[in-house]
Amino acid sequence: MDVSFRTKGRDILRGVSLEINAGEVHALIGTNGTGKSTLACLIMGCQGFRPDTGEILLAGEPIAALTISERARRGIAMAWQEPVRFEGVSVRQYLALGKGTPPQRALEMVGLPPSLYLERMVDKALSGGERKRIELASLLTLQPKLVILDEPDSGIDMLSTQGIIDVIGVFRNHGAAVLLITHREEIARIADRASQVCGGRIVCTGDPRNVATHYKQRVCTVCNGQECRHV
Amino acid sequence: MSELGPLLDALEKTGEDRAILADPAIAHLVVAGNRILSSRDVPGLDTAIETLPDGVGVQVTIAEGTILEHPIHLCFGLVHRGRQRIRMDVRLKRNASAHIIAHCLFPEPVAIQHLMSAEVAIEDGASLHYSETHFHGSHGEIEVVPKARVRVGRGGLYQADFTLTTGRVGRLDIDTGVQAQENAVVELTARVFGHQTDDIKIREQVDLIGANARGLIKTRIALEDDAKAEVIGITEGRAAGARGHVDCLELIKDRAVARAVPIVNVSHPLAKVTHEAAIGSVDQRQMETLMAHGLTPEEAVDVIVMGVLK
Repeated sequence: MDVSFRTKGRDILRGVSLEINAGEVHALIGTNGTGKSTLACLIMGCQGFRPDTGEILLAGEPIAALTISERARRGIAMAWQEPVRFEGVSVRQYLALGKGTPPQRALEMVGLPPSLYLERMVDKALSGGERKRIELASLLTLQPKLVILDEPDSGIDMLSTQGIIDVIGVFRNHGAAVLLITHREEIARIADRASQVCGGRIVCTGDPRNVATHYKQRVCTVCNGQECRHV
Repeated sequence: MSELGPLLDALEKTGEDRAILADPAIAHLVVAGNRILSSRDVPGLDTAIETLPDGVGVQVTIAEGTILEHPIHLCFGLVHRGRQRIRMDVRLKRNASAHIIAHCLFPEPVAIQHLMSAEVAIEDGASLHYSETHFHGSHGEIEVVPKARVRVGRGGLYQADFTLTTGRVGRLDIDTGVQAQENAVVELTARVFGHQTDDIKIREQVDLIGANARGLIKTRIALEDDAKAEVIGITEGRAAGARGHVDCLELIKDRAVARAVPIVNVSHPLAKVTHEAAIGSVDQRQMETLMAHGLTPEEAVDVIVMGVLK
């Protein structure tokens, strides 16, 4: 609620208010550098990301004082845009960090055959797309209440895009709230609602098709293109 | 024979099953100090053992074309104090293949020196996988000095893994030199976890002297408290098509100090040798990713460090 964040002398977020309900997918769209990933990091509680003003609430409770681990245990989970690699950690071990969906089932749900992937390492030998799908599988094992997906579709081949959409549907069906950051309209359209971010502000919220149309009209009601250079 | 029990207890702490010593199909040698506690040969393997004043000399010869189905298990160790000198002479004849698993077991070292010098000859087309795993107790009063000179013939393979991740390291001084002939492949991997005042020195050199020879030196070190480590990885590419890589990763915390010196020398225009070295604390993004799975910072560090040392 009314979250602002400033770093290195620059305002990244300015009074952002966003509410996501249980079982709702909320897409966040906007040009690069407008603050979408920063908002994700603020919600997850990454190092160096604490709101200067405003509050972040989970089920009505403020979480600003909680560490990442504590937020995770309360049900917040996040898939970063470029998931890191872990040398010497097998997919089976990585997926066993969660206590919910079994690793084998989670891999099946993201379209990766368990027999081929469970004993592989979560290291550089995985392609970017494989690593992303394993990260989604790991979120499935956590059975979170709030899922933050930062561009889950980037680096994913066209044929696998439907698999990503299916996984998002699983989160929704399990009653999780999903914050979906994406640059692809076909992904944004599966959301229940969408918001457009520009210059650190939310400039438009509503039906995903309308928000996408507003975005593509290259109209920015806040900065008139001065900051987002989108006009 | 009273030393056998503690050594086998330590063997099981490395993850090995002591039942391997009772299996007639598996060759083994168990030495405490300079006392041979148990040994067995298998067909195709010829072992000669010489007792030294402070250790043993072991000659292992694998006949031409012999492919040993099971690994040869070597257990060396001392329970409390003293010096153990191991002189190894390993020869794999043409097209032979073997896996040697050496367990160096020092369950309660008070004042121990473990000196190992090995001469290894891998003839054309032969392959040797040598794994050495140490189990040290928690005292740290131990000095381990393994030295090896290895020659790999044409089309031969030498893979060596050194692991010391359980207990205190003490003072470790590894010195390995390998010469690889045409089409030979060499992979050296060392994994060490240093604690308290442990002092680790690793010097490994691969000379790619034959055409299309390939070499990889991979070192993974984790340090905590006041431990220190210096890793020198040297690869020389001296022939056409030779390919080498030196890969060193050292994770440090507390007051630990790490140093990595990758050296690549290339003296043939068609050879190529690359290197990468990274020293630092645990990666913040890795930490955050694991913590976002509900792990505490301490649990996250454990997962990352043990993964690197795996």
